[in-house]
Amino acid sequence: MAIIERPSTTAPAVLPTVPSAAFGALKRPVTVSSGWRSWLFTVDHKKLGIMYGAVAMFFFIVGGLEAVLIRLQLAAPDGKVLNADLYNQMFTMHATTMVFLFVMPMASAFANYFLPLQIGARDVAFPRINAFGFWAFLFGGIFINMSWFLGGAADGGWFMYAPNSGPIYSPSHGVDFWALGLQITGIASLTGAVNLIVTVLNMRAPGMSLMRMPIFTWMITVVQFLLLFAMPVITVALFLLMFQRNFDATFFDVAAGADPLLWQHLFWIFGHPEVYILILPSFGIISEVLPVFSRKPLFGYPFVVFSGAAIGFVGWGVWAHHMFASGLGPVSVAVFSVATMAIAVPTGVKVVNWTMTIWGGKLSFPVAMKFALGLVILFTIGGLSGVTHSVAPSDTQQTDTYYIVAHFHYVLFGGAIFGLFSGFYYWWPKVFGKMLSERLGNWNFWLMVIGMNMTFAPMHILGLQGQPRRMYVWTEARAGEGFFNLGFWNLVASIGSLILAVGVLFFLINIFVTARKGKQAPADPWDARSLEWMTSNPPKEHNFDSIPTVGHLDEFFHRKYSESESGQLTQVKSGEEVILDLEKNADAHIHMPSPSYWPIVLALSLPVIAFGLIYSIPVAMVGGAIALLGCYGWALEPSTATDDEIDPPSSGQGKEMVHVG
Amino acid sequence: MMSEDTTTKQHGMSTAGYVRIALILAAITALEVSTYYVDFGPFFMPSLMIMMVAKFVVVASYFMHLKFDNKIFSWMFYTGLFLAIGVYVAALSTFKFFMA
Amino acid sequence: MAETATHEHAAHHTSTGLSNNKLGMWLFLGSECLLFGGLISTYMLYRGRVGTGPTPSQVFDIPFTSVSSFVLLMSSLTMVLAVSAAHNKDDRATTLWLTITALLGATFVGGQVYEFTAMYNEGLGFSTSLFASSFYTLTGFHGVHVTVGIIMLMSLVGILNKSKVPGSRAETVEMIGLYWHFVDVVWIVIFTLIYLIPV
Repeated sequence: MAIIERPSTTAPAVLPTVPSAAFGALKRPVTVSSGWRSWLFTVDHKKLGIMYGAVAMFFFIVGGLEAVLIRLQLAAPDGKVLNADLYNQMFTMHATTMVFLFVMPMASAFANYFLPLQIGARDVAFPRINAFGFWAFLFGGIFINMSWFLGGAADGGWFMYAPNSGPIYSPSHGVDFWALGLQITGIASLTGAVNLIVTVLNMRAPGMSLMRMPIFTWMITVVQFLLLFAMPVITVALFLLMFQRNFDATFFDVAAGADPLLWQHLFWIFGHPEVYILILPSFGIISEVLPVFSRKPLFGYPFVVFSGAAIGFVGWGVWAHHMFASGLGPVSVAVFSVATMAIAVPTGVKVVNWTMTIWGGKLSFPVAMKFALGLVILFTIGGLSGVTHSVAPSDTQQTDTYYIVAHFHYVLFGGAIFGLFSGFYYWWPKVFGKMLSERLGNWNFWLMVIGMNMTFAPMHILGLQGQPRRMYVWTEARAGEGFFNLGFWNLVASIGSLILAVGVLFFLINIFVTARKGKQAPADPWDARSLEWMTSNPPKEHNFDSIPTVGHLDEFFHRKYSESESGQLTQVKSGEEVILDLEKNADAHIHMPSPSYWPIVLALSLPVIAFGLIYSIPVAMVGGAIALLGCYGWALEPSTATDDEIDPPSSGQGKEMVHVG
Repeated sequence: MMSEDTTTKQHGMSTAGYVRIALILAAITALEVSTYYVDFGPFFMPSLMIMMVAKFVVVASYFMHLKFDNKIFSWMFYTGLFLAIGVYVAALSTFKFFMA
Repeated sequence: MAETATHEHAAHHTSTGLSNNKLGMWLFLGSECLLFGGLISTYMLYRGRVGTGPTPSQVFDIPFTSVSSFVLLMSSLTMVLAVSAAHNKDDRATTLWLTITALLGATFVGGQVYEFTAMYNEGLGFSTSLFASSFYTLTGFHGVHVTVGIIMLMSLVGILNKSKVPGSRAETVEMIGLYWHFVDVVWIVIFTLIYLIPV
């Protein structure tokens, strides 16, 4: 917010000499700290982080309900809950929602909120682009889901292979909504990636060298590089698909002489880095959580950093292991098989480091720690079944069976989602100033562990017994007998999914109860180690009263404790005292970027253009005009408002405000 | 941490220098087009590729200032470029594109 | 893109000492490599699949495209001169070079429109063959990039005309310059791989 400045006797600030008012563009929105306008036009990374989180949580519930419907359909032979068509839409949208509208944006929520705090910055490098990214994600997500009400959702599976993606097998507009909606969320990811990389490189506090950055920040940085280079690949694929569906091109049409494998390559060149885009943020989160609750520094910090970067790099060379069954030829299969085995090594390094961090530590087990340990165990199970896929002959047997479904749910649910939940419990007091209930949290955790294993472990058996993915019914006649009876294990999985849903429900109840009568959080509830805890809960608009100078990895911990020669830790200060020290030396002039109308305007033009491309080109041109207007408004507005540019404050707000000016 | 003084670097070269670079680029382009009319035999492909890469590098290094600027910029750009070459050449190889 | 104007003096306060905008632009250009790489690969895979339509050698007009390639190449020279002038705080010269750059760019796009029309008249519609679709998609994407560049150049000329502080937009000029040169190097690759190498 632009309006924080002390001391309040204001002298004119030195603003960049940009002759902005000369262009007579719209004035900047007034800065208010509450009310809907403070959210709609905000460029504050913390508010955007909260909005990312809230919207992603909503889509998590949507995707979860879709999953429950799928499991209800498969609970018994000859399921009647969904018909074949609806079932196809359900599994396609379940995956799309969970991947693109829950895990990715939830990681963005954490990244947005905590990355600037962890490096000692007051905001990101491009605050308005940050706001644009959030709105583009929100509108893209809504756009994709609008297809449910406009003739049916996409139904070709989340990887949308040809010919299922073509107009013959998918005549509704579902795939069009899907392709264009993902373009919009892709733009959001791309702008976010540029923004966060520049933030990490350029906005660090004094002394915060790269090798003093917290692991979470490191993993998010690797993820942003993956996004930066992976998003354009899916962009190409989606454009080709759109041209095929809307402008009669034949890029994936075998009858016209095309190679449908082209889609598969483009999709998985994007899709495999995407896998690491999903998991690495959670790796980062638990690399913060495990040391705090083991009261030990992370074991082998540089190894964790470099193995993360190695995963990011090797992740580009393994995409074709998703295509072993497609007839690539023996040489390609062998090459990609070996590369896939190789990528297990840096992942294994991480598991070893986490284990060694816990080893010999003074452990405590709040819910955040439980989820973190859950990740280590469940992800390892999923990782091991993953190694079996890298063996191409074995993979050929497993392809398109429930064994694959079991594998990726162990790594994505047991890995990515458990990490995110660990982050919820760990950082909730930081964001909202209140502690989530541990009692409800334990219900949440144990029900999720039981539900998740009951749902996905039987799928290994189902898969090895040959139950194919994406079949909307199974019949008694083919279920078999005895221990490996498909009917029994399908029922177990379906019951498990309901337990899982109840587990998630406990989390929602926990949020609600905490908001109503949660315990006020102390300044440093976990005796934490990194910079984001070195400010109030929740942080002020400008994050830090004075920007700390960093001398160590785990700076906050080093300010609280001193180490004797024998390695004995003695507490020299409490967390509160460290924070008070910073407040006493508060910076005199804090300039924060002002809110802006333009990010939401520009983002709003995207679904309009997309809508027009599907239904009527003139609408798309209106959208293009809005986009152009948004760009000009944006370009002609300086990032910090001057006095005369700000709309007159609404009544009663003006007095407390001291302009940056 | 990088040093603070990197911003004080000189920006590129003189006008005459830029014109010289442009003349070199024009000459290579003329040579490229000539391959269309003159038979280069076995040297056709290699020479075209070398000339393309040379033009690319000259524009990136001199007009885009990569040669004079901080190396981070080069890293970012060439990482993207080589990643692109790597994955797409690999993908095309699986189609036996280079066997023909 | 549009963030350009705002951090004119911010470069001195960053951890690396480099400008946020320039870092962001280079990251974006690195990303664009994978976009054009994908489109070029698609074309390479499909260039021989002409079905019953015309072949590349039947529709390509090498002398014409050589000239328009040359025009685009020279626009890079005028662009770099604009950047140079902007750093010397000479807004008049900057405006002049930017205008010339935009005109050269417009000539290139005009040439492309002419080329597309001629090809269409020779029976190469967008969906005639895989070759046609992938060719139009690739060169069309490039053309859109050039067009966006021209719009930015013209907008910049407008802004500079109203600017009271000479050289205050130097970084914006430099950023748009980077984008423009990138579009040029992409064409260098396209011209060689698509036009000069026969199928």
